[in-house]
Amino acid sequence: MPIHEKHLIRPENIKSHDKLVMDGIDISGHWSTFIETRVVKDYNESLQDEIAALPGGEYVHRCWQCGSCTNACTVNAINPDFNPRYWIYLIRMGMESELLRDKDIIWQCVSCNKCTYVCPREVAPEGVMKATAHWLELKGHTPQSPSTIFDDVFSTQVIETGKIEDSLVVRNFFQRTGQSLTQDWLIEMVKRMVAHLPVKMLMALGIATVLRPRTKNWGGARDAIKEYVAEQDAHHRKALGLESLVEMAKLEAAAPFKQAAE
Amino acid sequence: MTDNRAEKYKKVAYYPGCALEGTGHAYNRSTKEVGKALGLELEEVKNWNCCGAMEVKNVDPKVQTYLSSRVMSQAVNEMGHSVVMAPCNGCYHNLKKAEFELKNEEGTREVVDRISKKAGHKTYQAGEVETIHALDWIKHGIGEEGLKKKVSKSLKGMKVANYYGCMYTRPRNIFPEKDKGPGTESTSQPHFMDDLLAAAGATNVDFPLKTACCGGAHTLSDSDMSTKLVLNILKAAEASGANVIATECPTCHTGLEMHQIRAEKRFGVKTNVKILYFTQLLGMALGLSAKKVGVHENMSDSFELLQKQGLA
Repeated sequence: MPIHEKHLIRPENIKSHDKLVMDGIDISGHWSTFIETRVVKDYNESLQDEIAALPGGEYVHRCWQCGSCTNACTVNAINPDFNPRYWIYLIRMGMESELLRDKDIIWQCVSCNKCTYVCPREVAPEGVMKATAHWLELKGHTPQSPSTIFDDVFSTQVIETGKIEDSLVVRNFFQRTGQSLTQDWLIEMVKRMVAHLPVKMLMALGIATVLRPRTKNWGGARDAIKEYVAEQDAHHRKALGLESLVEMAKLEAAAPFKQAAE
Repeated sequence: MTDNRAEKYKKVAYYPGCALEGTGHAYNRSTKEVGKALGLELEEVKNWNCCGAMEVKNVDPKVQTYLSSRVMSQAVNEMGHSVVMAPCNGCYHNLKKAEFELKNEEGTREVVDRISKKAGHKTYQAGEVETIHALDWIKHGIGEEGLKKKVSKSLKGMKVANYYGCMYTRPRNIFPEKDKGPGTESTSQPHFMDDLLAAAGATNVDFPLKTACCGGAHTLSDSDMSTKLVLNILKAAEASGANVIATECPTCHTGLEMHQIRAEKRFGVKTNVKILYFTQLLGMALGLSAKKVGVHENMSDSFELLQKQGLA
């Protein structure tokens, strides 16, 4: 049986009784020893294969659970529920429903690569986190995360023109996530940015937003990249058993992401 | 790797990358000025493209490898260069990674070949160029002794926390030249920036978060997380006695500046440590004016500190 170090004491698993007497002794109240018996029956036997079929997840099978990744993790230091070692365990065991309990935080991996640096088995846990976040979205378990939207906004611009222009990426991202561009800290930032700038430079910055930087003769690369990405996308969907139109329709419906304006 | 690097790095292909044409413009300006002052020549890669930063790899890692390979192909095939210098950690990391993957990762070669062919340029072959960071360029192209001879305004009194970030050191396997003993860069305790700034007269403080993460990948998509991570760095720098954080990456630099402001506005936590590119500090030590190295383009306003130190 797997060892579920912290999940055993999740509040919903603990039994409490307003009035319970056993063998003449009053044991009413909240007892961590009265834990709901848990039987896992819903294994997804292909979970590891599905994650391994997505970019970054290729080496998940190598893991021997040393926990170095979680120990080194930047995000874990801020949020202890962010536990790559445990998620890799769940993926390898096929415990999908357990994994889904953390579905809303897996995308928060900041790609600092500390885990990949310390991993003695070359699992590349950073890649596994990205593959898992990708898997959650493809399967329709989560809407597109802000991170995926940012990747999309950024990559689309790179693929279309060969280069990016910072301010356009920012504007497109804020628009797609429904955030205001007039937040106090953004205004303060722009103020400080232009505080010492000469007029000539401000004009140059303005011109860059109109005449977007682009790589010359990029059309061939653009088309070849698009073709390859579409091909890969079809492969991934097939590996996840998502090729049917019904599934596709469901995905479309689950896709729109709106974050309340801050 | 000992060596003819001093000779080799005298004239290199320069890959500024997108950030250095936008928010990291001060780094671009100061890198070029420092090069001029040190007699190191830069020739910008012709018609370069974005390396894919932290984002394209999440769409497809092999496309990112292609993007980086095209930059290297331009340098070698269009210009005949054997060394590409990238001052941005993201670009530097991605070019190094592409080099590693083209050598070692199954299937990468085919994808890069296929896209390059359709794009109509020569495919980059692993080993054709050496990618270096601005730190390698100055460290091996001039060296501390060479630098000392050219310093006209010592950075004496500047207490510096050297911040290298993630992409310069991790993962280890894409940097085969690092961790090779004395004289080489360390991935756990990087020191090239410390070495150069010490040669220019600065005092490097004992800063524990040299390779901590600033949350740059999620700077806008998970801003609260990034602000917390940046605050850790800013506070650790202040606790170490630093009055300035030296950076060598436009994403780290902008992240530190931006979340220093955000922490103040959103969480009411004010920090006073200033943030400068290491090339700005070196430039001023070489006698260049603060404006010449783009201090006025920074969001972090360090003029007062620099005036106090007699640098601006």
